[in-house]
Amino acid sequence: MGIKKIQIVLYSILLNIFLLVSANAESEKECFEKVSRGIFKFNQGVDNIILEPVAKVYNKLPEPVKNGTGNFTSNIATLLSIPNHLLQGELKSAGHATGSFLINSTIGILGLGNPAAKMGLKNQKEDLGQTLGAYGVGGGCYFVLPVLGPTTLRDSVGMVIDNNYLDAFARVTWHEREIKSISGNKLDYVGIKAAEAVDFRGDNMVNFESLEKNSIDLYAATKSLYLQNRSKKIKNETGTDDDAWGDLDK
Amino acid sequence: MKKRLFFLIPILYFYFTSIIAVTYNSEPKIFIQELVDDAIKSLSDKSLTEEEKKEVIEEIALENVDIKALGLYTLGNIRNNLDENTMSNYQELFQKYFLKSLTSRLTDYASQKFEVYGSEQKSSNYTIVNSKIVESLKSPEIKIDWRIYTKNPQKPLIRDLVVEGLSLARTQKEEFASILNSNNNDVNALMNKLQEFISN
Repeated sequence: MGIKKIQIVLYSILLNIFLLVSANAESEKECFEKVSRGIFKFNQGVDNIILEPVAKVYNKLPEPVKNGTGNFTSNIATLLSIPNHLLQGELKSAGHATGSFLINSTIGILGLGNPAAKMGLKNQKEDLGQTLGAYGVGGGCYFVLPVLGPTTLRDSVGMVIDNNYLDAFARVTWHEREIKSISGNKLDYVGIKAAEAVDFRGDNMVNFESLEKNSIDLYAATKSLYLQNRSKKIKNETGTDDDAWGDLDK
Repeated sequence: MKKRLFFLIPILYFYFTSIIAVTYNSEPKIFIQELVDDAIKSLSDKSLTEEEKKEVIEEIALENVDIKALGLYTLGNIRNNLDENTMSNYQELFQKYFLKSLTSRLTDYASQKFEVYGSEQKSSNYTIVNSKIVESLKSPEIKIDWRIYTKNPQKPLIRDLVVEGLSLARTQKEEFASILNSNNNDVNALMNKLQEFISN
C-alpha cells in the first residue's frame, strides 16, 4: 500500500472519529482551556511584537497598495471557496466565485483589482469547516492554536483537509505540486497567508483596540466572537438569532 | 399667583428642555439616527471637556438603553438564584461597568461617518434597525444592527448592538459565563471583576 493510500485511510478514520465525537458536542465546550489560555497569551505577545506594528506600518501605505493586497489575497482564497461551494451544493455561489476568480485574475491583473465585484459577482469565502457545519456537524470542542488562533475540532480537521486536498493554491505552493505547469514553494504560501493576516489586522485596528480595552475576560470574548462568526458563516446569515432574549420577556 | 408663576416658569423650562435633550423620535429607525447623531455631535464637540462628554453619553444611555434588562441577560440563568440584595448590588455595578465601556467604545468610533439604512420589525417586542459605519481610510465598512425593544412603542429601548453579525450582548454574556464557570458560579467573583474594570 502506497503512502498516499495510507494517508487517505488515516484521514478517513480521523474524520469518522471526529464526526462521531462532534455530532452531539456543544461547540462552546473547551478541549483544554488552561493550555488554550496559555497559547492565547503567547499569540497576544506575537501580535504585540510582530503583527500589530507591521499592520500599523501597512495602514500608512497608499490606499491602492492596501486595496491591491486585500484583493490579491481574497482572489487566491477563492480557489478554496469554489470546491466548498460545490460540496455544499451552492451552484450559483460556485459560479459567482469561479467567474470572480477568472475575471479578477485576467482583467483585474492577477487579482490586484476587483472588477468582478463591480459586475455584480459575489465572492463569499468558504472552507471545509463551514461545509461540514452546513451538513450539521457540530464544532466539537474549542481550542487555540499557536499563531493560527481560535479554532474548533471541526474547523481544524477541515483546515488540514483543505490544505492537503481542496485548496489548489496550497497544492501548488505548500505541497509543491505542479498544476498545469504552475508551481510555487512553501515560502509563497506563507507569504500570502502573512499578507492576508496583516491586511485583516490593519483593517481591524480600532476593533482590536476597543475589544482589548473593554473586555473583562479577553479570552472568553474572543472565543465568543469566533464561534458567533463561524455560526453566522455556516448559516450564511448577516443578522443575529434571538438567543435567550425571549426568556427574559416571559 | 404671579409670584408662583415667576418661579414655576423657569422650573418648567428646565424640566422640558432636559426632556427634549434626551427624548428622540419613537419610530425605531429615526430614533437610532437621532440618538447616534446626538452622541457623535457631543463626542466631537471641542467646547466640551472629556468629563462633560462622558456625562452627555451617560445621560443618553441611561435614558435610551435597557441597561437593567441587559444586566439580567448577560448574567444568564444564574440570575434566578440570586437574592434581592445581591441582585441590586450586581445591577448597580453592571450599570457603572456598562456606561464606562459604552463611552469608551463610542469614543473609538466617534470620528467615523454613520448611516441608518433600514429596519425590520421582528415581533411586537423587537425591531432590528440596520446601520453602517461608512468606509473610510481608517476602517472598512462596518454593518451595525440595533436590537430595539418596542414593548412600549412610545419609548423604544436599545437592547443590543450586532456588529457584522456578532452580538455585543451575547459576547458580554459569554465573557461573564466564563468568569462564573471558573469560579464555581460565584457571582461575587464576577462583581469583583466588574469593580476592577470600573476602578481602572
